[in-house]
Amino acid sequence: MEALAVQALNGLASASSLFLVASGLTVIFGVSRIVNFAHGSLYMLGAYLAWTFVSHGPLAELGGFWGFWGGVLLAALAVGALGAVLEMTVLRRIYHAPELFQLLATFALVLVVQDVALLLWGADDKFGPRAPLLRGSVEILGLRFPRYELFLIAVGPVVLGLLWLLFHRTRFGILLRAATQDREMVSALGVDQRLLFTAVFFLGAALAGLGGALQLPREAVTLHMDMAIIVEAFVVVVIGGLGSLPGAFLAALLIGELHAFGILVFPRITLVLVFLVMAVVLVLRPHGLLGRAPGAPPAGEQSPPLPRPLPRGLALAAAGALAGLLLAAPFLGDYPLILLADFAVFILFAASLHFIMGPGGMASFGHAAYFGAGAYAAALLLRHLAAPMEAGLLLAPFAAGLVGLLFGWFCVRLSGVYAAMLTLAFAQIAWSVAFQWVEVTGGDNGILGVWPSEWARGRLAFFYLSVLLCGAGVLLLRRAIFAPFGLALRAQRDSPLRAEAIGIDGFRIRWLAFAYAAAFAGLAGALFAFGKGSVFPTYLGIPRSVDALLMVLLGGVQTVSGPILGAIAYAGLQEQLARLTELWRLLLGLVILALVLFFPRGLAGALAHWHDGRRERRA
Amino acid sequence: MSTPILEAEGLVKAWGGVRAVDGVSFSLAPGEMLALIGPNGAGKSTCFNMLNGQVRPDAGRVRLAGQDITGLPPRAVWRLGVGRTFQVTATFGSMSVRENVRLALLSHHRRLLGLWRPASHLHTAEAEALLERVGMAAQADRPCAVLAYGDLKRLELAMALAHAPRLLLMDEPTAGMAPAERGALMQQTAAIAREAGIAVLFTEHDMDVVFGHAQRVLVLERGRLIAGGAPEAVRADPRVRQVYLGGGHF
Amino acid sequence: MLAVEGLHAHYGRAHILHGVSLAVGAGEVVCLLGRNGAGKSTTMKAIMGLVPPSAGTVRLEGRDLAGQPPHAIARAGLGYVPEERRVFADLTVLENLEVGRRPPRPGLRPWTPQRLFALFPSLETLRHRPGGRMSGGEQQMLTIARTLMGNPRLLLLDEPSEGLAPVVVERMAEAIGTLKAEGLSILLSEQNLAFASAVGDRACILETGTPRHTMPMAELMRDAALRARYLSV
Repeated sequence: MEALAVQALNGLASASSLFLVASGLTVIFGVSRIVNFAHGSLYMLGAYLAWTFVSHGPLAELGGFWGFWGGVLLAALAVGALGAVLEMTVLRRIYHAPELFQLLATFALVLVVQDVALLLWGADDKFGPRAPLLRGSVEILGLRFPRYELFLIAVGPVVLGLLWLLFHRTRFGILLRAATQDREMVSALGVDQRLLFTAVFFLGAALAGLGGALQLPREAVTLHMDMAIIVEAFVVVVIGGLGSLPGAFLAALLIGELHAFGILVFPRITLVLVFLVMAVVLVLRPHGLLGRAPGAPPAGEQSPPLPRPLPRGLALAAAGALAGLLLAAPFLGDYPLILLADFAVFILFAASLHFIMGPGGMASFGHAAYFGAGAYAAALLLRHLAAPMEAGLLLAPFAAGLVGLLFGWFCVRLSGVYAAMLTLAFAQIAWSVAFQWVEVTGGDNGILGVWPSEWARGRLAFFYLSVLLCGAGVLLLRRAIFAPFGLALRAQRDSPLRAEAIGIDGFRIRWLAFAYAAAFAGLAGALFAFGKGSVFPTYLGIPRSVDALLMVLLGGVQTVSGPILGAIAYAGLQEQLARLTELWRLLLGLVILALVLFFPRGLAGALAHWHDGRRERRA
Repeated sequence: MSTPILEAEGLVKAWGGVRAVDGVSFSLAPGEMLALIGPNGAGKSTCFNMLNGQVRPDAGRVRLAGQDITGLPPRAVWRLGVGRTFQVTATFGSMSVRENVRLALLSHHRRLLGLWRPASHLHTAEAEALLERVGMAAQADRPCAVLAYGDLKRLELAMALAHAPRLLLMDEPTAGMAPAERGALMQQTAAIAREAGIAVLFTEHDMDVVFGHAQRVLVLERGRLIAGGAPEAVRADPRVRQVYLGGGHF
Repeated sequence: MLAVEGLHAHYGRAHILHGVSLAVGAGEVVCLLGRNGAGKSTTMKAIMGLVPPSAGTVRLEGRDLAGQPPHAIARAGLGYVPEERRVFADLTVLENLEVGRRPPRPGLRPWTPQRLFALFPSLETLRHRPGGRMSGGEQQMLTIARTLMGNPRLLLLDEPSEGLAPVVVERMAEAIGTLKAEGLSILLSEQNLAFASAVGDRACILETGTPRHTMPMAELMRDAALRARYLSV
């Protein structure tokens, strides 16, 4: 009983931290409609800055109460200022860009902040001092409980209260609430939205910074804090309902307690619990606990450009390059062949995601689930039934397609950010099954010895096999885009109303497309597994989903050849930059930012544009 | 008298406690051209959307040629032979004019799930014939996104015709068009409908269009039908004049 | 006060306004009349910058505002009351008024919640009621009051009588009379001719996005043929 009470208190303490970050995220989204992936990075910066202020410089010399708490506050304000600067320099330029592009830009910021933090603070963990006045612990029901945790428990409701006062008792807060409901009307009443947006980023970023700074006495400051918190914060915001502060508070409590008690009640599925809850909430309440259906999108048609084949000249060049590569392959060493086989896999993986994102108009943050499903299907077949590679490669697309049918049935009902978050939730569920069902999947150790059949074991043979299968996969996806099914898929994206009015069942089309894409992701995953000789839960992890997303967005969503270019550019850039410099994330982030700001149509779009321009000049 | 092509019986729809449509009944004979008019907020759009299944009525029935279609989704209503155009045109912006029509034909022939054969090889002649009928053949290759508004309306008409409908529902067919174009479009629509024996139900604000083309006019106000009949009789009806001009006091 | 010249506007590719020109003098109430879909609301929105005009000028006291963002146009002295009312549903009456508040304008008696409650007495008892939980008539008063908090020189009123009970319409006409007596210029779009004739000095008749006639209100009321041509069935 006592242990349960203490566990409940632990849950409340982590709920508070979670709420600080989530509240900033939800406030920013409410007003600006930007889904700020970099919010976790701001949280991490808050922690690092607080560490610096508290342990170096004038505040550290001051020491004591003001030395610590002054440092924490200063860190929060500094992060807030950084948020305002980011809004003015980067985000302001992309308010009218598609949602996913905004996400890409904020993700680039994540990469940049990662390396900047590494540069400034180094790779080793930082430990802060204990908080003055809150050292030691108190006794609760005969068990010892740290004072600082008690303090944190109070911080959540206090911040909620302060935010309530801000939003209800100040002109600024009232304007923010009004803008959350109807931005256009607020501006028709004479309010300059730009100031409001900058201010809201300051506020949201400061809350994240405060959340991070307050972790200082609790845990080590590391470079992994950003990713760890952002996923949870997203979950909280989505469960609570995007834009709803009370919803975020409620959801933070829910998730905090779920973590605390999940360990006691369901020790076997702790990792999946949070995402299971999110999936259930979204299936039952598609806009979160206290969220509202977003208003209709602004009037005026935004027709995506016609997808078209590459211009003949570029297509010939591409075919020539591929032929040259196939001919030159026997003369390449092992390392380039491994690399090129990987590229082929990534191209198919990206093309499969593009199929649902481009023509389908759906977003997926969890496409790795199907990549991993294919990889595990092949590996399990090999391990438990001693089936050969050929059987594995044959089965993988079907297994992944089935998983896609199952998950997709839920996901394709939602739209926008909610749909994307539900795909993420299902991917995390799949990931934790792989991670925690140790008897079958080997857990964290994965499954080793997933080698190709004898004939394909050589690097050259495997390279050819990869190119053959991935090429076939890309071809099938491409044919589908221009076949009746692809036309119907684009139709339900362009105008759901009209599609329905000519007898097209949008749900069924999206659902089948989701499964079809999943099948090809599964084939890519199985090939990857045989290429590496092993499978691990990371195959289904968030980073791999994000990789695919970046490849598609970099290449350009609305071009058929986009994912191919994007996969080569992204994987190639990552590989090259990683070899050249330690700071590859920084460079990659900057490159992505530049692309978002200057080539909003992606690489393939920019290339086609350039090609058209040249032809016009010649004509 | 033959079975009406469309019968609405006691249709009711309330939005948040307000009865937008409050017991509307009427019928439409095969091949008839009927206009539904009324001031803003009279419930025309709600009424219209209940007829093709976009909005589910709270009460009442809709019958198509005697068959109860109440509560069917729009795609099922389309399959039964009801074509629809929208007040704000809805076409597929990423496709060419021909592809738009082709897609309607693919749906008509139930061939939407093909994954291999390029759609560009399918139903091309049929699509061109439809475009020819609405006078859009010359623009078949143009992307939808660059069409003039009136041409988009024609394209919608061609798509609605792809399934050989028995009834066309046209929500403000001439809204957003230049005045000169309006008459031409309605003339064309009327000719096509007459030729193929298609019944047309349309809402419209442009009174020249209404009284120039409708064989019968229904007037809706605050969710109820207040008048109906031959155009001239409706025009002379004092209640209708009251609705449009307001009374001596308010 | 307000001079609009050759205003064109599009929704997507639908060409809605085909060169609207009109003028509102100081302290004058001008009624935009026309059937549904004639372009009355779009004219209002284009003046306010909510639908960017594709051509034409909008001069307020000689200064061209066409092409400026809505907040700059509001600050220049135009107050917009939308047809759909668009009260902030989660905000109370007082909070809605606060959103509209702008600094006083030289030469104008500044509006305060107190003065507005005198104009619309029923709002006073509802001051802490969220906008979403008010009747249509109350919302209409709130949305006018909210715009007045910006101390505009000219008010754009889009169909203020639409969907209101007759007694509320009467109240609305009185309020508009009071505002006119204060010296406020008003451009008002209406479908209710009786209401328009009670408050308007001049009428501007729109048809399919084109102005057809401009005349004193009294003249329109004498000309039954003209009314039938442009406003009736």
